[in-house]
Amino acid sequence: MNRSRLIRFRHGACLPLTDLPRLDFATFRESLFEEVATHARVASFFGHPTDEGLDLYAILVHDWQGELALLRTQVTGSFTSLTPNCPQLHLFERELAEQYGVRPEGHPWLKPVRFHTPWIDAADIWGRDPRQHPIPGDMDFYRVEGEEVHEVAVGPVHAGVIEPGHFRFQCHGEEVMHLEISLGFQHRGIEQMLIGGPHPAGIYQLEAAAGDTTIGHTIAYSQVLESLADCEAPLRAYAIRAIALELERLANHVGDIGALAGDVGFLPTASFCGRLRGDYLNLTADLCGSRFGRGLIRPNGVLFDLNTTEVEKMLQRLAVLEPETRGAIELCFDSPSVLARFEGTGPISTDDAEALGLVGVAARACGLIRDARLHHPFGPWEEGFNTPVIETNGDVSARGNVRRREIYASHQLLRDALKRLPPGPVSAPLAPLAADSLAVSLCEGWRGEVVHAAITDKAGKIARYKIVDPSFHNWSGLALVLRGRQISDFPLCNKSFNLSYCGFDL
Amino acid sequence: MIGRLALSLISHLILLLLFAPLLQGVITKTKSIFGGRIGPPLLQPYYDLARLFRKEFIFSRTTTWVFLAGPVVGLVVPLLAALLIPFGGLPAPISFEGDLILFIYLFGLSRFFTAVAALDTGSSFEGMGAVREVTFSCLAEPTVLFALLVLARLSDGLSLNALLGPHLLDAWHSEAGASLGLILVCLFVVLLVENSRIPFDDPDTHLELTMIHEVMVLDHSGPALGMILYGAALKMMVLGALLVRLALPWQTGWWLSDALLFLGGLSGMAVLIGVVESTMARLLLPRVPQVLIGTSLLAVFALVLVLR
Repeated sequence: MNRSRLIRFRHGACLPLTDLPRLDFATFRESLFEEVATHARVASFFGHPTDEGLDLYAILVHDWQGELALLRTQVTGSFTSLTPNCPQLHLFERELAEQYGVRPEGHPWLKPVRFHTPWIDAADIWGRDPRQHPIPGDMDFYRVEGEEVHEVAVGPVHAGVIEPGHFRFQCHGEEVMHLEISLGFQHRGIEQMLIGGPHPAGIYQLEAAAGDTTIGHTIAYSQVLESLADCEAPLRAYAIRAIALELERLANHVGDIGALAGDVGFLPTASFCGRLRGDYLNLTADLCGSRFGRGLIRPNGVLFDLNTTEVEKMLQRLAVLEPETRGAIELCFDSPSVLARFEGTGPISTDDAEALGLVGVAARACGLIRDARLHHPFGPWEEGFNTPVIETNGDVSARGNVRRREIYASHQLLRDALKRLPPGPVSAPLAPLAADSLAVSLCEGWRGEVVHAAITDKAGKIARYKIVDPSFHNWSGLALVLRGRQISDFPLCNKSFNLSYCGFDL
Repeated sequence: MIGRLALSLISHLILLLLFAPLLQGVITKTKSIFGGRIGPPLLQPYYDLARLFRKEFIFSRTTTWVFLAGPVVGLVVPLLAALLIPFGGLPAPISFEGDLILFIYLFGLSRFFTAVAALDTGSSFEGMGAVREVTFSCLAEPTVLFALLVLARLSDGLSLNALLGPHLLDAWHSEAGASLGLILVCLFVVLLVENSRIPFDDPDTHLELTMIHEVMVLDHSGPALGMILYGAALKMMVLGALLVRLALPWQTGWWLSDALLFLGGLSGMAVLIGVVESTMARLLLPRVPQVLIGTSLLAVFALVLVLR
């Protein structure tokens, strides 16, 4: 294969746009398939309109080489859909069609994703009225016909205090034949708001991109800007970011295990984990004043430092929390009635997970070693990470076990990070961004890999900002695990993925 | 004669109406303690009922009279059934040969109306819940019938008063003790199923797709929901009365101590339910019928033992 068609680069690189070849579509398509066939996966796929047409960028990831690869092409009006050969692109193509009015010909299930009007002056390919805001969820759902088939529609308003999403089940008795998930109810247009930036408000918008992954998204944003400005944050800032990232992971994983226990009606772990989650959130609050880590991470540094007494206090709190957390979790994973409920529920095969491009906890539960901390460390601090957690069953118990073992690993990482905090400042001024360039950053948030990509214009302002939350890849996985399963298992499967609605809707 | 009947009726109903919601409070308290929480006060179910009955009725335009009939029947049935069953040492006010069949099918009637009221809303959730409830109940029925057959074999009558008479104490000490132990376990399982408790159903879940009983009453609110909750509390006490009498067959002869023993037994049962709920996860839904068939077989085995 002609390697020059492809731009290979490392995480943190800033690529001048003039150096990127613009392939013709057939070469682009062929190269992309070749790459995916050689164990690359698509981390991001997005468009950027130019005067001549729509530039398509595909960011591919070679995990084991620790390498990223980039392909660029240009299309106008329509292009041959890549989804039939590469299913992990299906949502990306639907997204392109909705944003830029281009039609991926031959896409098997071409429907809107987030229900907004096209971003550029283009005709809506579904023929919706351009003067009116589309109604979320207003589309044709997959239907199974038959006298004994019934349809169950759940949401967007749910019985619990959770985010809005619509789930359409085609059921035969208790068995689910097909599940279709329709999101987009919380679309706020974050990517559009970031254009012309970096604005002072940008970081706050990213903090709210997915409220439970504040640290993950703000780190990814900071890394993109640092790459584009070609600055390196101080080492101590990297260390504090890593601490915050693990605290976020701990709080969410502990909360998730509690929620899994709650879903099967196992009360002790549900109650204890609910309290412990609060304790971990409070540790983050000790660090920066916000339980969700808001206001901590800024491009080229962090806003809050830890002094020795604070480090000491945090280590003491951890020493108390660690055995309590282990106790609460082991109680659940030692109960036969809980295991009977977890094991074998909602399995997904490694091949399916790979085809769909799952990331994060869901991928690691299927035996796929995908952890951005391991493969794509950013800056000198993360190089030391070497303990990815892998389970192979791909069911609810595997996803629970990945979380359980990651909690234990996080305790260790956190203790180490606190004990060897490097001295020095915690932030540095950020240089202006390079003009006409592209940068990509990955950050292993608690749910999975958060991918941000930015393209700057001639003036060094952001011309296109693309966010991929891990939920964007993983929602399709949830829809798939329900096939042929009991509808009463849905809440448990849903909780075992615990995906973000607003991270998807952006 | 009439005076005695009236007295017995009134004492039975007062015990039932006043004490039933407390059982829910005891269960919640036990679960809270296991969860390391203080939990709501013991009397919370009474406050909840008072709050619901102060609200106004709201009915969807798509529903008919059946929608209200569900809660009403659900409240009246346990009251009627309570009159047929002895409360510990206190004999049932109304008793006739074969009243055990009426006792069982009164609950069938209430289940029918709850299910029909659920279907009346036309919601797919409620339909799903109705299907599950009806399936599981019809599987629970053989267990109860076989258990009562064992009791009938050991007694000399076919009324619940006779079945649960003072002879039970001797029966426990005789060869039939093993059978009584078996049906006690079976009836406890049926009690958990009928009252939608963990491990068969989760009364506290908010996940519509996993619910069995709760999902059927999602559309009821205000006094209608109050009737359903009160009816559920009464049902637990009435079915619990069967179990408590079986487990604690002592009789002092003095009504106050008999009543106290009975109420103590019920509270103990509520604590036991709380412990089961705190230490077990819910069963996979397809496992529920398997467990119920298992208890039916156990009850048959108990019957074989006493027929031998």
